[in-house]
Amino acid sequence: MSAALAIHGLTKSFGGLRVTRGVNLAVEPGERRLIIGPNGAGKTTLFNLITGDLRTDSGRIEFFGRNITRAPNRHRAHLGMARTFQIITLFPRETLLRNVMLSLLGLSKLRWNPFIRFDRLTVLAEPARDALARVGLDHLAHRPLSETSYGERRRIEIAMALAQNPRVLLLDEPLAGLSADERRDVHRLIVSIPRDVTILMIEHDMDVALEIADRITLLHFGEVVVEGTRAEVVQDPRTREVYLGE
Amino acid sequence: MSLRHALSTPDAEKASLSTRLLALGIVLALLVTVPIWVPNSYYVNICSQILIWAVFALGLNILVGYAGLVSLGQSGLFGIACYTAAYLVSIGTPHFEAGLAAIGLAIVTSAVFAVLSLRTTGISFLMITLALGEILWGIAYRWVSVTGGDNGISVNTRPTPFGISLASPSAFYYSTLIIFLVVVAAMYVFVESPFGISLRGTRDQARRMTTLGYNVWLIRFLAFMFSGLIAGVAGLQFFYYEKFVSPYVLSLSTSATVLLMVISGGVATLLGPIVGAALVIVMQYVVSAYIQQWNLVLGAIFVAIILFMPEGLVPGSLRLWRALRRRRGSAPAVVTVPVEPES
Repeated sequence: MSAALAIHGLTKSFGGLRVTRGVNLAVEPGERRLIIGPNGAGKTTLFNLITGDLRTDSGRIEFFGRNITRAPNRHRAHLGMARTFQIITLFPRETLLRNVMLSLLGLSKLRWNPFIRFDRLTVLAEPARDALARVGLDHLAHRPLSETSYGERRRIEIAMALAQNPRVLLLDEPLAGLSADERRDVHRLIVSIPRDVTILMIEHDMDVALEIADRITLLHFGEVVVEGTRAEVVQDPRTREVYLGE
Repeated sequence: MSLRHALSTPDAEKASLSTRLLALGIVLALLVTVPIWVPNSYYVNICSQILIWAVFALGLNILVGYAGLVSLGQSGLFGIACYTAAYLVSIGTPHFEAGLAAIGLAIVTSAVFAVLSLRTTGISFLMITLALGEILWGIAYRWVSVTGGDNGISVNTRPTPFGISLASPSAFYYSTLIIFLVVVAAMYVFVESPFGISLRGTRDQARRMTTLGYNVWLIRFLAFMFSGLIAGVAGLQFFYYEKFVSPYVLSLSTSATVLLMVISGGVATLLGPIVGAALVIVMQYVVSAYIQQWNLVLGAIFVAIILFMPEGLVPGSLRLWRALRRRRGSAPAVVTVPVEPES
């Protein structure tokens, strides 16, 4: 079986700044891959290249053996790729339920329908409610998003991505800015995601992230410095070098 | 679980539903009986104008309110329908075919406008639509052999749908009322439809929408065409109301007027553009009879709206109304609270 995500020689420059330099990456189906690296290492840029928010300069991206290098990002969503954002981008005027329904609608043919009432679409409302239940927010389904806490919004981000039943899920710092309690909740949530979903995760909280990850990729200045299992990466002297400048 | 749901569904909305239906019934009754309680046919005509402009503004609100795309070229779509109908009727085309062609050409023009202007958003979008509108104005002004230039085109008949003559002010009023009600109903359905919700999503979080699998460009394109269709319908009505068309209908001033209607009434609301249209038309035709400098008064009103209700008349009034009710509702509650002795 081909890799869930295979990246070959990916490069990207912003003007003279080379933010991604010949990155190779192969993530197996069901794997939990952690991407780490200091600030400015090009982690989020790599995510943006994978999801198609940015166009690659060169290189190839394959999604379950299918070349998606030039596919627009909305096609990638339809193929089964979902992501959460580092800076939360939700719909503040809508309720939580409608936020998740909007996520489900994105993959549904119903999205072009101008004649029916969105709120009455039980085909969307039921799975949306299930997705909210999964992140423990179903009791707030009718609350406007603008009246929720930061930690709740992080979980809605994940609920929206999970609702789409992705084959590959990209989580960009899902624990950033959360309290200890909230971290534990989100950690549990990520662990509970079944293995038919492949996960790529950027995270700075090593305690949690290392526990979840099967393999780790260390990026530095847009390059893959170390890649391997948890133990291999932690013990590698280059990891220390990158993080501590030793 | 069910209790939680019951608690979280807004009860107030249900309670006010009957009040709303009552209000709707009264407004409908008033609208239908306008030619009876408005004695002077001059004022019946003004009511027709309000409804025509309200339709035009409702169409623009799709772009400005729900798509977040502020267009200053809407007069191009309105005007092209006016001119198409005027030209075809003046060379002897039957009204029905002329009307279809007018609306059809408005839709085609909106598609061209959309393709050219949707490369950008924000201020660039505004400038491109402005430029496109000005091009059409220039053509109407200069292509004298077809458009009559500054003199415009006049015709002397109105259509007779189903054999009913629209020559009298009240008959014409009823035709505009029917179209107005159809457009209001269409907007009511559209705004809460999956497509309408998607459109609002592209306004609030375009990038997120793309990530979720939506085709943001196509959603905006279709919304633009829908807006163009409604502008075309309004343009056709306006032409038949005036039985005359001049480059004014394509001018920037027309685009600005309809945009002001939307903004002053309240963007992204169903009632806002209607209230905005009523305000501007009443100032223009009623207040101008008493105050020579009605433009000044209208300007002052706009400034007041911006100062006190920047979100527009309809949402602003709702906000004030709610605040007033809350104050009134909470006043007796404060009295019944026993005063704790200070320690």
